[in-house]
Amino acid sequence: MEFGYSKEHVLLRDLYRKFAETEVQPLAEELDEEERFPVETVGKLARFGFMGIPFPKEYGGTGGDYLAYAMAVEELAKVCATTAVVVSAHTSLCAGPIYMFGTEEQKQKYLVPLAKGEKLGAFGLTEPSAGTDSSMQQTTAKLDGDEYVLNGTKVFITNAGYADTYVIIAMTDKSKKNRGISAFIVEKDTPGFSIGKKERKMGIRGSATCELIFENCRIPKENLLGREGQGFKIAMQTLDGGRIGIASQALGIAEGCIEECVKYVMERKQFNKKIGQFQNTQFELADMATKVEAVKLLVYEAACEKDAHRSYSHLSAMAKYLAGSTASDVSRRCVQLFGGYGYTRDYPIERMMRDAKITEIYEGTSEVQKIVVANWMGLK
Amino acid sequence: MKIVVCIKQVPDTVEVKIDPKTGTLIRDGVPSIINHDDKTGIEAALTLKEKLGATVSVVSMGPPQADVALREALAMGCDEAYLVSAREFGGSDTYATSGILAAALDKVGYDLIITGRQAIDGDTAQVGPQIAEKLHLPQVSYVEEVVDAGEDFVVVKRQFEDGYHIVKLKTPCLLTAIAELAEPRYMSIGGVFDAYQKEIKVIGFEDLKDGLELDMIGLKGSPTNVYKSFTKEMKGAGTVLHDLTPDQAVEAIVKKLEEKFII
Repeated sequence: MEFGYSKEHVLLRDLYRKFAETEVQPLAEELDEEERFPVETVGKLARFGFMGIPFPKEYGGTGGDYLAYAMAVEELAKVCATTAVVVSAHTSLCAGPIYMFGTEEQKQKYLVPLAKGEKLGAFGLTEPSAGTDSSMQQTTAKLDGDEYVLNGTKVFITNAGYADTYVIIAMTDKSKKNRGISAFIVEKDTPGFSIGKKERKMGIRGSATCELIFENCRIPKENLLGREGQGFKIAMQTLDGGRIGIASQALGIAEGCIEECVKYVMERKQFNKKIGQFQNTQFELADMATKVEAVKLLVYEAACEKDAHRSYSHLSAMAKYLAGSTASDVSRRCVQLFGGYGYTRDYPIERMMRDAKITEIYEGTSEVQKIVVANWMGLK
Repeated sequence: MKIVVCIKQVPDTVEVKIDPKTGTLIRDGVPSIINHDDKTGIEAALTLKEKLGATVSVVSMGPPQADVALREALAMGCDEAYLVSAREFGGSDTYATSGILAAALDKVGYDLIITGRQAIDGDTAQVGPQIAEKLHLPQVSYVEEVVDAGEDFVVVKRQFEDGYHIVKLKTPCLLTAIAELAEPRYMSIGGVFDAYQKEIKVIGFEDLKDGLELDMIGLKGSPTNVYKSFTKEMKGAGTVLHDLTPDQAVEAIVKKLEEKFII
């Protein structure tokens, strides 16, 4: 076993950090405060390759790997969890399944502009009554001549309204249950497809989270992704990869919290001492740093196993579970070390605490991750 | 047009440590970066490449570790990279260095050479102009803007303390870049992966020995003798006098100087 980054990853980290600190961090507070989607950042992200990191060059990507992608989400999340999830949902949940399951024509038509960042992607699985139990899909897709007709509503869709390309999960044959679920590629502006209510959220407030409404939305049958009935498998495999993205986001939030907190405790004085000189502060931060380092190894292991084409779904579930709960725990404890100032909006730490919570919920709750891990252990 | 940018890998710190015995820099343990002015030169070259369809090569003289600086330049969008490196080159001062680089540039070929104004570790601002002299090229130092460029000419704005010159030069020529010239771009992610696919061509002493003698390079070929190198001692903070009329200010300064027996 070897611990160490390749030369490419060392150089990439340097690039990610500079980009995040210069282009992303200055906007983080404003995006949160105004619940504003970072439109201007998406163009810059695209220009430097952030929107297609783990895809081959022939499909518009950078020719990089999943570890490089995970590190990018991590570095963005250190300063702005909103920007990180824009990249993660786009890459893992939309471009990802088209790359894995798309036909050559679909890849040329949809993946290339997504990976180049010319188009933004989103993914629609969750419905009002199909959350953790995603098999309860109510959205239907019926073949009518050369077209599928979609009807139904998706909720909590990241990048909704700003995305150009949507991977949508819908029921094609209810009698077959999970095996009657299929996946489709839907373009924005397709008649019958509209964006519904925008959620007002606790954290990642710059990220657009909306309903998708399909009313007799007709899409060409060539836009079926994979085969009919393969949709549940596509969704689950998509989420396996997505969880590495969210685990990386959680890891980044936790690291960002610690960086902010270390800065603060070395400035803040009480009882004529910097509070960072008190043992309670030191033990708290040492404990947090240790846990975050363990999370990092697990997240990177999951990414490397995916890159090596070995089975990794249990690792991505473990990584997301541990990263999410660690981010929540670390951000809360950092707010505590900040004291009263940590509770104000004068410092970024309260935003980071609000942002952290979602990583325990979306793309599979922590409880779902434990189910995946338990199943992998043979506990069924 | 073939543009060649000379870059130097320098320690990323203001507090450069110096080996008291040899009078040279201790590089171990200090993170290294591309010298700021040189990076500006890369950006200017890449901008010209986009405008004119030129090729951009980077050349760096240094130890094998300078490889990282060249990879970064490639990841920014440069086309090819050369590392000028040999034991014989060690200990060279600016005079010897510019001789080695001039020989290397002759080998690489060029229409336009861009160097940074000066490196943050040595601060001499000598190597760029010396290369131009050794290659018998017209040069403009302190370039703050490339006003125009074509297949066989460049028009540049040269900065002065109290003004500027607009100079038109025929290529081949050499420019030295200052920070105002350009804001260096980020590497691109795809560029990083490409950078490690490319070969960095190493130019050693053997490759250049037709034009270089051993007594022209290294410590032997360096007329500069470092008498003593030291880190400046920290002085106390200066005194700032506020809200004085010019006459009061003069009086106050003169009084201080008299107190310290300076005048």
